[in-house]
Amino acid sequence: MNAFLRTWAWPVAVFLAVIFGWAGACHLFKIPPYILPGPISVLHAVIERRENLWFAFRVTAFEAAGGYVLSIAAGIVIALFFAQSSAIRRSLYPYTILLQTVPIVAIAPLILMWFGSGTRSVMLVAFIICLFPIIANTTQGLISVPRNLVDLFVMSNASKMQMLLDLRLPHAVPSLFIGLRISGGISVIGAITGELFASSNAVGQGGLGYSITYANSQLQTDYLFALVLTASALGFLFFFIVVFFEWLLLRQWHEAAMKSQME
Amino acid sequence: MTQPPTASAPANGPTNRPSSPPPFITIRDVTKTWPNGTTVLSGIQLDVAKGDFISLIGPSGCGKSTLLRLISGLSPMSSGFIQIDGMIPENAREIMSFIFQDATLLPWRTVSRNVELGLELQRGETRNNRREKARELLKLVGLQSVADHYPRQLSGGMKMRVSIARALAIRPKILLMDEPFGALDEMTRDFLNEEVLRLREVDKFTTFFVTHSVSEAVFLSNRIMVLKANPGQIHREIHVPFPNPRPASLRSAPEFLALVGEVSSALRAVKSQK
Repeated sequence: MNAFLRTWAWPVAVFLAVIFGWAGACHLFKIPPYILPGPISVLHAVIERRENLWFAFRVTAFEAAGGYVLSIAAGIVIALFFAQSSAIRRSLYPYTILLQTVPIVAIAPLILMWFGSGTRSVMLVAFIICLFPIIANTTQGLISVPRNLVDLFVMSNASKMQMLLDLRLPHAVPSLFIGLRISGGISVIGAITGELFASSNAVGQGGLGYSITYANSQLQTDYLFALVLTASALGFLFFFIVVFFEWLLLRQWHEAAMKSQME
Repeated sequence: MTQPPTASAPANGPTNRPSSPPPFITIRDVTKTWPNGTTVLSGIQLDVAKGDFISLIGPSGCGKSTLLRLISGLSPMSSGFIQIDGMIPENAREIMSFIFQDATLLPWRTVSRNVELGLELQRGETRNNRREKARELLKLVGLQSVADHYPRQLSGGMKMRVSIARALAIRPKILLMDEPFGALDEMTRDFLNEEVLRLREVDKFTTFFVTHSVSEAVFLSNRIMVLKANPGQIHREIHVPFPNPRPASLRSAPEFLALVGEVSSALRAVKSQK
């Protein structure tokens, strides 16, 4: 009970302080609702527009998940390739860093121009933004196997395949999950960014990013806030799905992973 | 590539046994030089009989761990040759097991599956056979109760016992141990020393044992090689005459303590000789 309180008392207190401070400020300074709606009107928008929100949530969740899953598959394959030799890493790693440094808002319009606006392009944007953390972390895990463990396998006359499947891959799992956690969150950002540039559907029929531009242009600020809340809920959902799988797979053997996420 | 030693090989090896049968392991003129030109080992000569328990002791940088890696074939030598039961080191891995300073257990495998690792990688054993063997070995080291635990649940001493069980699972003829008990507290170390001697009575493996502890070396070995550094060379061999099995009480016997003193002074001589 004491531990429970210690974990939750402060975050809950901060939450309440922010909500009351927000409501108080709106009331006190008479801020017009199209600039900053109060928490009550945001809650009202959430309830009133729940069907729109739910629809946008699903559209964006699908796009983000699509890009995310593709990036996991491609990222692991690329990492396996990178793990083969340091020459490969030296020659190709700088170019993968480009994935990280080129601003996604700059590439998104290009992608939409090349591949047309639609689910596929949005997924591609999410895919690109998710790829680097997966590649970087998985590669690190694959190549950082302690030398003694490698020697142990060599002493057992292990084949290259056994070395990969029974040593390098399992050893890389905790690092892979670090990448999965990072990419899980940013896949939602990628999908929303992609949608900002993709105006494919009828009013109120797009994903969260599309709806955000729409709400903004209509000065429906309370709805905009509701959309932002929905987007962060989606990010949280992805994060917790990853953490759940991580817990499922690693609780037996990887203490460090378990501890670090508690803090 | 390398010629087997002739019967009249330089008599730099042990003199306390008849030289007629070819030695089990022959090490001749072995040199190891790092790419930067440092000579770690130079002119190492050693004949090893089946069942020998050889401790390698010396100041850090004397190349004792390197010698172990050369014997295991994990690292190539610069010149000279090593022959193990008629084979070059790389081909003799099936009869050798290496025990590292850390237990090197795979954290994602249970204790039992860790013990099975060597058998699994060398194939040719069914799953049930492997499991049965692992069970026997864990019983031998007294850990059958934690067979389904994961390594993180074990103490350092228990992990090392699992590591030993794994090494013995392939029934090695040679055990290479690189400071295996260096990180353990003294009580655990003493206990594991007794375990090693007991297991040796069962399996009769030939052992190379790298250590920093003089009393450990005297308690376990029948031959102690005191190495000197820069370059690494065998400075002196000290024969340990105590018969097997050795009781724990040997540690307080005057002749044991006298030998510990002798090895210690040899080590001091080596260290002062810079």
